[in-house]
Amino acid sequence: MSNRFESVNPVAKLAAALLIAFCLVPTIDWVSSGVALLFELIVIPFLGLGWRRFWIRTLAVWIAAPLTAVTIALYGQTSGQVYFEWLIIRVSDGSIELAIATALRILAIGLPSVALFVTIDPTDLADGLAQTWRLPSRFVLGALAGQRLVGLFIADWRFLNLARRSRGVADSGRIRRIPGLVFAMLVLAIRRGSKLATAMEARGFGGTTNRTWARASQFGFTEWLVVLSGLAIGLTGDLVAIATGQWNFILG
Amino acid sequence: MGDNLQPQGAAVTIRDWSWRHGSRKRWALQGIDLRIEPGERVLLLGASGSGKSTLLQGLAGVLGGDEEGESSGSILLDGNAPVESRGKVGLVLQDPDSQVILAKVGDDVAFGLENLGVAREDIWPRVRESLGAVGLNVGLDQPTSTLSGGQKQRLALAGVLAMRPGLLLLDEPTANLDPDGVNEVVKAVTAVAELTRATVVVVEHRVDIWLPIVDRVIVLGGDGTILADGTPRQVLRDNIRTLSDAGIWLPNFRSPNFRATTTPGELLVSTERLGVGWDRTILDEITIQVRAGATTAITGPNGVGKTTLALTLAGLLEPKAGKLITEPRLRSGIGPDPIRWRSSELISRIGTVFQNPEHEFLRQTVRSEIEVGPKSLRLAASEVTRRCDELLERLGLEHLAEANPFTLSGGEKRRLSVATVLASRPKLLVLDEPTFAQDQRSWLELIALLAELVSSGSGILASTHDRVFVDSLADSEFALPRNDSQNV
Repeated sequence: MSNRFESVNPVAKLAAALLIAFCLVPTIDWVSSGVALLFELIVIPFLGLGWRRFWIRTLAVWIAAPLTAVTIALYGQTSGQVYFEWLIIRVSDGSIELAIATALRILAIGLPSVALFVTIDPTDLADGLAQTWRLPSRFVLGALAGQRLVGLFIADWRFLNLARRSRGVADSGRIRRIPGLVFAMLVLAIRRGSKLATAMEARGFGGTTNRTWARASQFGFTEWLVVLSGLAIGLTGDLVAIATGQWNFILG
Repeated sequence: MGDNLQPQGAAVTIRDWSWRHGSRKRWALQGIDLRIEPGERVLLLGASGSGKSTLLQGLAGVLGGDEEGESSGSILLDGNAPVESRGKVGLVLQDPDSQVILAKVGDDVAFGLENLGVAREDIWPRVRESLGAVGLNVGLDQPTSTLSGGQKQRLALAGVLAMRPGLLLLDEPTANLDPDGVNEVVKAVTAVAELTRATVVVVEHRVDIWLPIVDRVIVLGGDGTILADGTPRQVLRDNIRTLSDAGIWLPNFRSPNFRATTTPGELLVSTERLGVGWDRTILDEITIQVRAGATTAITGPNGVGKTTLALTLAGLLEPKAGKLITEPRLRSGIGPDPIRWRSSELISRIGTVFQNPEHEFLRQTVRSEIEVGPKSLRLAASEVTRRCDELLERLGLEHLAEANPFTLSGGEKRRLSVATVLASRPKLLVLDEPTFAQDQRSWLELIALLAELVSSGSGILASTHDRVFVDSLADSEFALPRNDSQNV
């Protein structure tokens, strides 16, 4: 099962994550997110992520959810009984409910997104975007090749910082030096980028020939199943919320 | 396999061809007439700035259109313009890092084939065949970021080879590699040339590397014209003077001994079981001594941690373990840990020249670049000017005083980065790969300057894979062994 899911077209994973978010974003209530989260927790173990990897990658989501909840409980819109009050802090029935709803929403949108994205290989995603969604290959491949430069940019940034210390100009304010560093970084980035462009052009990129793809990006039954599952999870949450009268439209 | 690899070379015909960069007044190349027969292997020589790379890019059809520059005359490959001959020409450049296009080895080699519209079922056999031809026996899924410099260059060669070019263009493909990497690449190019019978044009200033496999040498003069053209033996015999003036590394080059005649001076920096690294420790248990009036060389293969060790000893990276001990004569009155020194305290004690000079440049002109250090030391204006003028003259940069540092040639950039450090008069000079990609002339100038500094009492610590540098200058060598986990 695990390898099967890894090989699902990344475009389908992306679509599933987006559909869940699309269904849950319009309402702030604890029912829709709670129901969706319940289904997700049932499905996620079957994605072949491995528990260790799951906890490490989703750690940020698990930290963000309660932190946001506490903030909202303390400062959120007041209604119903007030339990605690100090300066501008006011904990009430309303703010607690809002806090729970928000925490559940962060988990219900964040967990599946992370779980779906960690199994995505950027090259496969590029293949999928260009072949399934027919995005222009120039942009997709340019972006794909460009993201490989990120590692070089990080090294450049470190060397630029060390070089400023070794040139005797690193004593004055860290903040004041940032514009200069950013500019130097831009110059280097442009140079690296244009070199990469030459290398790509020398290999026939950007010509008039119709490009072929070394690997086929398939979008079949499994992919549709993944997309529809995402939609089903989100919609079920919404429907239960509407049925129980908890639907709370964000703009309403 | 040879049958599959289209055994034929392209013919090159250049007629009265000239090229001028958009921003320059001078023609980079002027009135070039040249015919290269199919299957010929040409070594293209010339001083830096003589237009070698421009000619190569013209042949590859990547010079760009009218907005990049102006051209006249014609270049034809088997009768067609290079721009219309996509796939017929393969270009391998100097910098291994800027040629890797995709994240996996197999995808990277397949990239050119996809662009040429080769059918999917034909792509993968050609990818495997090309990787085999350059001797790169790694998995198709191997991340390209894990390859060594030599492997990256062979990957670039495989990517080009898969397109079955009739003309193979190599622009200093070994300049950034350690000796092992150089051998790997030369071996791979030789194998590919034998296999495909492709026409080969290689630009390089180290003649001895390519001499065994080329059958023609063309020399470009400083004025953008062809100076000499013929068999390697004949050209090298008749043009020794011109070539060595142009900074070409001639075979059998014997560097004069620059080693200091005096005995090494007192200790400046030493370590006890030092561990170094950026994020995690990459070298451990290092015990090394650096003395005044002497050159200490750190040697070892690319990627083993020479730079990291040098930068730690230079007070730029924090030691991961062990002790870094600075002697009072180096510290002159401040604390013992160089990483705790203020930036302005560091520069008069330890100066660092980085591998890539472009990381160091801060100002718009060469002169103001040299003034940065002395100004940070709060020296009097007259003293700042005096030091600056002296260095400009001594390093032959006077005529460039008002030029932008980024527009200098490779050799000039290196000299400028040395000048910026010397302006603060540090007692210890740390250099990271100082002779990287230098032609012979700038190499000799640099070595002579360093020798002079040593004899005046400065300590020099250099990380390098340049054997001749070590043999000519180093008083002691600290050799880092090849790491077991490294790919060979």
